[in-house]
Amino acid sequence: MTRRRLLQSAAVVLLLALAGWAVSRGLDRLAGGPPADAGSSADPTAPSADVRHITATLFFGSADGQALVGVRREVPLADGVVPQGREILTAQLQSAPEPYVSVIPQGTTLRAFYITDRGDAFIDLSGEVSSAHGGGSSTELLTVYALVHAVTANLPSIRRVQILVDGREVDTLAGHVDLRRPLDPDPSLVRQEP
Amino acid sequence: MSVPVLLLLLASLLQAQGTPPPAPLTLVSREGRRPVQTTMAGGQELIALDEVAALFQVAVREDTLAGGLTLTYRGRTAVVSVDRPMASVAGRVVALPSAPVRSGAGRRWLVPVELLPRVLGPIYDARIELRRPSRLLIVGDLRVPRVTARIDAAGPPTRATVEIAPAAPVNVTTEAGRLLLRVDADALDLGLPADGAGLIDQIRPGDQPTTLVVVLDRSAGAARAMPSEAGAVTRVVVEVTPAAVADAPPPAPPPAPAPESAAVPPLLFAPRPVLQTIVIDPGHGGDDRGVRGAGGTEEKQITLEVARRLRALIEARLGVRVVLTRDDDRTVGLDDRTAAANNSKADLFLSLHLNAAPAASVAGAEVFHLRLDQEGDAARRAADTDAVSLPVLGGARRTIDVIRWDLAQARHVDASAVLAGMLEEELRAHVTMGSRPLQEALLRVLTGVNMPAALVEMTYLTNAGEEGRVRSEEFQNAVAQSIFGAVLRFRAHLEALRQP
Repeated sequence: MTRRRLLQSAAVVLLLALAGWAVSRGLDRLAGGPPADAGSSADPTAPSADVRHITATLFFGSADGQALVGVRREVPLADGVVPQGREILTAQLQSAPEPYVSVIPQGTTLRAFYITDRGDAFIDLSGEVSSAHGGGSSTELLTVYALVHAVTANLPSIRRVQILVDGREVDTLAGHVDLRRPLDPDPSLVRQEP
Repeated sequence: MSVPVLLLLLASLLQAQGTPPPAPLTLVSREGRRPVQTTMAGGQELIALDEVAALFQVAVREDTLAGGLTLTYRGRTAVVSVDRPMASVAGRVVALPSAPVRSGAGRRWLVPVELLPRVLGPIYDARIELRRPSRLLIVGDLRVPRVTARIDAAGPPTRATVEIAPAAPVNVTTEAGRLLLRVDADALDLGLPADGAGLIDQIRPGDQPTTLVVVLDRSAGAARAMPSEAGAVTRVVVEVTPAAVADAPPPAPPPAPAPESAAVPPLLFAPRPVLQTIVIDPGHGGDDRGVRGAGGTEEKQITLEVARRLRALIEARLGVRVVLTRDDDRTVGLDDRTAAANNSKADLFLSLHLNAAPAASVAGAEVFHLRLDQEGDAARRAADTDAVSLPVLGGARRTIDVIRWDLAQARHVDASAVLAGMLEEELRAHVTMGSRPLQEALLRVLTGVNMPAALVEMTYLTNAGEEGRVRSEEFQNAVAQSIFGAVLRFRAHLEALRQP
């Protein structure tokens, strides 16, 4: 092996290491302001010894039920943006840790998650997200934007999110928020907590 | 008992039974108008105390030991002396024109009508004003300007003046054989001449409580009305000229053409009113119950009840057409609600809802208007720049705005923001507001309506205390009154924008 080939190999290894570090940092990025740390004792997605994890920001209802709060949780590391999105959304659909409140109806499951070339993500949820929703503009806004922020805050390449139910486009979840097009994040719904 | 004493007793009895006054009082309040019967006795106008109790929800108790009549309203009391023309209100002595008297059968107490503003007013929730000359009893902070009319000159031309004090905007409409003056007020305190003169047959109240009609003579021709405001008075000068006579002698040779500035049309044609149709959208309905409170109260029922109250208020006091997107318990799709508004060519769209929160303590009203997303913003820009000019019959051209049907609200977002701000301010004066009282959001029912629009979440049905309140007449009236107040303000805003 010539000295030139040795230098090329070293450069490739260095670039791969840098890329890995950048992806890890990117997943760690927040939507706005420092998220609260939910702790790990009651964490259903607590890391196990043999699975690598990343720290993602999930969004739950504030204790007073009037805003979203970013909460740091450990989620399994996946290979690629789409699998990583699935992991994040699966964690997002879990019950909220204390003292936060859930804004996504219990029983809602992720059917599919995919991304278009334009950087729009599609979250396909089971029907419970609509049929079990309690209604009201405010709760519906929290439900929708918890999902939108969970994706855009953790996957920097995604700018907008559209929600599907049972594989189909829907007008709304409970009669209020327009879901016919991909949605931008709405930082006004996210409260910064110390 | 001697004969003179018997005669005296008989006269006293007849006097207490009283005779009716020339006309009943008219009670004017936020809820509407209703007549109130009074009676004349001993030169005083009296009202039955049990009528007062029923009208104002006042508890009346006769205290024989203290020699007085106790009036209680929400824990506040006033005592009226039965043998002296006075009352005690919160420790203060108030004079009355006469003492109460018993009616002929002795079962009813009659009190002077002045008791209403002087004694009941201080312990009541709302202002009570008695205007005896115009026979009005005004309850609440209503705008009831004094409107006087006089005929200044029989002419021709016939000139008349209508004065409104305090000043209020007036909209003048010219109709066949009459001028219609619509005053922006809650009611009018009218002082009108008994007869007409010259080319004006009569000046009389209109069909609506805030309108006045100038009835023209058959021989009247052009009529013009010129409103102006000076100090605290709005003055409308009416001038009526005679019609051209068909068999008049041949006209003289035409004079030289008048300068263009003199070519003012003889009639003052009022432009189309800024508010002709309002669509009220009671949220949910039928299979879609909306939010359901822990006690079983359903959003769809309350939204319909408030919508009906609001419709009655607007129709009665503004004379504006009101369309409900549903008037019973049935399912109506969001597109159908939008279509109802657009097909009615409504000037305003108001959607009524009750809110829900994941925490039971959240309460208060919130107002939403549309926030545009990327597509909406693009549609708005396109509407501004892509208007199409098409030829029409007669050689003129007509400009057609081009906008996506499902994004029609894009061109009204600024006006909707103004409307929502007024709704928030009016609601704040009557009901508790939520922590985010005014919000922009991408709400489906607002995106396609082609007119200023807002959505009102009246309070949170997930709050147990609020669930009890929303069923009450008091809450529903407060919300309806607040929205009505905002509609009035928004109408004034639109009229101000129209001024050159």
